[in-house]
Order: sequence, then structure tokens, then C-alpha cells
Amino acid sequence: MNILVTGLNHKTAPVEVREKLAFDGEKLPEGLDALKGTPGVRGCIILSTCNRVELYTEVSEADVVKGRIVRFLAEFHQLREDDLRGSLYFYTDRDAVRHIFRVASSLDSMVVGEPQILGQVKDAFEYALSRKCTSMVLNKLMKKAISVAKRVRTETRIAENAVSISYAAVELAKKIFTDLSDKSFILLGAGEMAELAVRHLISNGVRDVAVANRTYQRAVELATELGGRAVPFEDFKEALVNTDIVICSTGAPTYILYKDEMKELMKRRKQKSVFIIDISVPRNIDPAINDLDNVYLYDVDDLQEVVDSNILERRKEAERAETIVEEEVAKFERWLNSLDAVPTIVALRQKAEEIKRAELRRLLNRLQGIDDRQRQLIEYTISAVVNKLLHPPTVALKEDREDRDILIAAVKALYGLEEGDEETDNRHKRE
Amino acid sequence: MVILFELALTFYFAATVVGIVELFRSSKATETFMLLLTGSGFILHTLSILSRSFEAGHLPVTNMHEATSFFSWCIVLLFFYIEYRYRVGLLGSFIMPVVFLIMLSSSVLPREITPMNPILRSYWLWVHTTLAFLGDASFAMAAGIGLMYLVQEHFVKKKHLGSLFHRLPSLQMLDEINYRLISLGFPLLTLAIITGALWAESALGSYWRWDPKEVWSLITWFIYVFVLHARLRQGWRGRKAAILSLVGFAAVLFTFFGVNLLLKGYHAFVK
Repeated sequence: MNILVTGLNHKTAPVEVREKLAFDGEKLPEGLDALKGTPGVRGCIILSTCNRVELYTEVSEADVVKGRIVRFLAEFHQLREDDLRGSLYFYTDRDAVRHIFRVASSLDSMVVGEPQILGQVKDAFEYALSRKCTSMVLNKLMKKAISVAKRVRTETRIAENAVSISYAAVELAKKIFTDLSDKSFILLGAGEMAELAVRHLISNGVRDVAVANRTYQRAVELATELGGRAVPFEDFKEALVNTDIVICSTGAPTYILYKDEMKELMKRRKQKSVFIIDISVPRNIDPAINDLDNVYLYDVDDLQEVVDSNILERRKEAERAETIVEEEVAKFERWLNSLDAVPTIVALRQKAEEIKRAELRRLLNRLQGIDDRQRQLIEYTISAVVNKLLHPPTVALKEDREDRDILIAAVKALYGLEEGDEETDNRHKRE
Repeated sequence: MVILFELALTFYFAATVVGIVELFRSSKATETFMLLLTGSGFILHTLSILSRSFEAGHLPVTNMHEATSFFSWCIVLLFFYIEYRYRVGLLGSFIMPVVFLIMLSSSVLPREITPMNPILRSYWLWVHTTLAFLGDASFAMAAGIGLMYLVQEHFVKKKHLGSLFHRLPSLQMLDEINYRLISLGFPLLTLAIITGALWAESALGSYWRWDPKEVWSLITWFIYVFVLHARLRQGWRGRKAAILSLVGFAAVLFTFFGVNLLLKGYHAFVK
């Protein structure tokens, strides 16, 4: 059993190197076919994302094939092998399994817990599968990796908290208001980060969108883009009477909204809650506004702090996730070992022996009045039949051949030798 | 049957413990377990009250032990309604300790069934006390929700967003439920006072006798008039409303325990 991971990621290679090695567009099918054609490679999967390029292979002998895979990478991307080596890492067997599980569970990601990687792993696997480049062991491994990732997702809170400022803003809005779809929103000023937050709010249900900008033309443009309406900048305070969520990102050098003004506005709002996000630097909203009842003001540092503590939280959860991964690696290893021929042969013989004995007993019970010699003859004949039937499969299983894993799996399936652990795996196959 | 009461008390205690554990580390399993414990306790509690009704021949609210037991029964009933209707995460963690404490105080109070004063024997007992207790239970629930609001508001204002922040419901939702509960409790209390007056008239000959319970019920009633008025007229929602609902519940508790234990009157179960 030889699983080999060859790869590079954001930790080992800068983006200039990663992009040169990427398998994008037409390169992916070509690369898969070429890799599969490399001697000693029984099956392969290529995962290529902006943060990593990894080749998952089942090989005949890791030490020998490793060099061939590096050569393939260099030749395929027209690079020099030596330039490549420094960025590459290799994992074999147990370490390879652990690495793949960690990647799928987003423990190896730049932002730990980010959800995209699982989809990318799935796509890479399905693509390789559709081109018939994988092997039985790889199929099993990848399905397991996907289910481990799901287990990590449900049993830890690794992906729960927002780790970007704009998501943190949305998360807060949802804890202040129950339903964002009946809330109104205004964007004061513009700015990239503000725009991102606005888009998140809109995708989370906010429908009533207004934009105010010192340049009215810009407000109109942005409003059209966001599907909202433009408000003249002078009127924004008036607009606040009916607005629940405010994002402020003007370039004003001073505060544009003071506590006393807000207090008046709150009276006119009948004290209905308002959430103000001030992401301008210098700040545009008087921080003392946060002291007013039912007004919640967050500036860019507050949001950053939320994000930082969420990241810390994720690290803690990541530790729990590592334990889960370790557990699953051990389970997978047990399965791999069970692929070894000896236990299968033993199990096959045991089963045959059980059947033989049971049938003999039934037969001898029915045949009353036979003597010992006759009985021995019957026993001998039945044993001979069983042994002769079992001989060819035993020999085949013992042979060191390329497709031995497949044979072992086939024998197990055909004779119903599956152990308890196998059942769950069969379920995954059907999924 | 005494054993039913003790069992219910035990289940509520277990639910309280699980509820507190849930505050620190929650999972789907603890949540379900808490509801299961509370539900089992509630069934046993219901049977306990029913068996005592048959024994006494009337709704068992005629001594302090029975009254407190019935009060906590009403709170749990309402808890299940709110849980079913709004699925407020962690509500049980805030409510079950209160239920358990009231039940515990009930368990140490004398339990013998005292014969009822014949002039008080009428259907009014049933109507008046049920209204009053359901009203009080709404206020208890509103206070629990109010406390949750204050906790969550503290997190949002102080910008400390831990795991409890993630599991508590939104401020708006808590505020809305708080308001609904008070809007439910207030008419119940009003009707309880009116039916009490009618009962007093038919049994004792006058509507209002300045009995301490009557006085304190009136004070409580005025507090909730203020709570509702301040919300509707002055926009006292959110934090202020939450604090007021705690103040109101303190008055409810005093009317309930304080008056019976410290002051005398025909509500005090003293012959």
C-alpha cells in the first residue's frame, strides 16, 4: 500500500511559483492523463487551487516514483527540477492520509475553517474519477476525506464565526435584528470595504438600500449598482429616522454625527434599535453614541477585534478538529491494513470451514447407520472439494501483483467477508 | 401522592443542572436532554397536582406549598409554549433555575391539606387563582427573557462576542417576546384582580378590603401599567423594558411570597 502526496502550498511557495504550477483549464485533463501514464502510478488526483497544487497518487513504490513525479511536474510546466524541489513537500502512507484529511477539513488552509476547500477537493476527486484516473484505494481515501471534513464541520465550531470584517458586521446585524429583510440600510460615502459589507448585507436579505455621497452623481451610480436609491448627502440625518443599519465610510476629517444629534434622532425613531458601522479612518461618528440606549456603534478596530477573537476561537476549535482527524487516520489505516492479503485468506478459509462443518453435521444427522469408514470418506470428499475450490483464489491473493488490492476487495465482497467497519464505507460509496 | 412531587422536583433539579452546563458548552444532545428532563418533570408535576385536586376536592392552591407548586407548574407550561413557538436558544438555562427554586421553597413548606374556609368555597377559587397564576407566570417568563436580553445586550455593547453571544437569540427577538409576555400577563392580572373583587363581594360582602395581597397586587398592576405605557408612549424598549420587567417580577414575587409570609390577611392561608 503506497499513498504518496506531492504538493506545494501557500506556506512553502510564493504565488509566483504556485501560479506556474497550477493545473488550470486544459492543463488539468492533460496533466491527469500524463501523470496516470507515469510508470508506477496506479491512480492519481490533482488538486489545484490558488493556494495549493497537490498530487494525490497511489504508487507501486513511493521512493522510486517520487522522483518520476517531480520530473513530470517540471516537464509538464516547463520548469527546472531544481527550482521546484525547494517548494515541494512529500507525504507517504499514514502522513499522506493525515495530510489529505487535514486539507479537506480546512485545517491546512490559509484561513483555517474556510469552507471553499471542501468543494474544491470534491471537484478534484470527481474530475479525476470521471477521467478514470483514480484507483480503488484513492476513491476510498477521498470519500473518507470528504466525510471526515463533514464530521469536523458538524462536531466543532471551526467554521462558525466570521473571520472577515464585512462578515463580522453581518453577523452582528443578525444578533441585533431578527430578520434583515424588513430592515432599511444606508451607506454613507463609499470605499471598497464598505461596498463588500453592503453586498454581504444584501445577500443576507436587506432590501431597502439607500446611498448618500458628497458627490451626488457617485451616489446615483452606486445606488443603481446596488439596486437602491440615492439620497443627497445633506439629508442623511433625516434619512436616519427611518434607517436601521448604517455603514459610514466617508473621507470626512471630523465627526459627521454627534451624540446629541443622535439622541434627538432616537426620540424620533421611538428608540428603535440602530446599528452603525463606522469603517472610516479617521472616524466619522462620535464614539460616545454607543452609550445611547439601543444604539450599537462599531468602528473598524472593534470589528477587527471581533475578527481576531473569532480567529483565536477557530484555533481552539482546530485543536479539537485535529483530534478527530487523528481518530479517522487510525481508522483508515486499519482499513488499509485489512487490505493485506493474509487476514483475507484466513477469513475466507474460516468461512469455508464453518460452512463445511455445518453442512457435514446436517448430513451426518440424516444419514443414520453408517460406519466410521463411510463417514471418513464423506468428510474427506467434502474437504477436498472445499480445498480445491479455495486453492486458486488463495494463490492469487498471495501473489505480489499490481491489482492485489482490487482482488482482496473483490474476494471480500464476493464471499461476504466484510467487517463491521466496511458497512459505513459501502454507504459512502452509494452516496 | 407525595412521591410525584418529589420526582418532579428531582427532574427540575436535573434540568437546571443541565441547563447551566449548557451555558458553558452546548450541543444538540444537552439541549434535547434538558427538554426531556423538563418534560418528564412537568408530566409528573401535572399528575401530582391532579392527584392532590382529587384528594382536596378543589384546585390545590389553598396553602403556600400548593400555591408555589402551582405557580411553578404555570411557568413550565408557559416555557413549553414559548419554546415551541419561538425556539429561543438557552431559554431553559435561564428559566429552570427559577422554577427549581420556587419548587424547592414549595417542598419545604408544610403540606397538610387544610380544610377550606366554607365561605370561600366557590368556582371563583378556580377562576381567580388560575388567572392570577398564569399572569404571574407570564411575568416570570418576561423577566427571564429580560435577563437574557440584558446579557446579550451587554455582549453587543461591550463588543465581547464569545460563544454565548452566538447561541443567544437576537436582541430584537428577545425584546419582542418580552413585550408579548407582558401584554399577555397584564390582562390576566387585571382579570385576576376583577374576579378577586367579585369573589370578595359574593363571599365577604365588599369588593375591596385593603387586604395586603390586594394592595400589593394593585402596586404590581401599576408597575406593569407603567411598563406598557413607557414602551408605547416613550419608546422604552430594549434595555429599559428588560430592567422594568425584572422590577415588575420582583413585585410579583413579593406579592406572592412576602405578603403571605410577612403580612397577614385572608390571602395568607392563616385561619
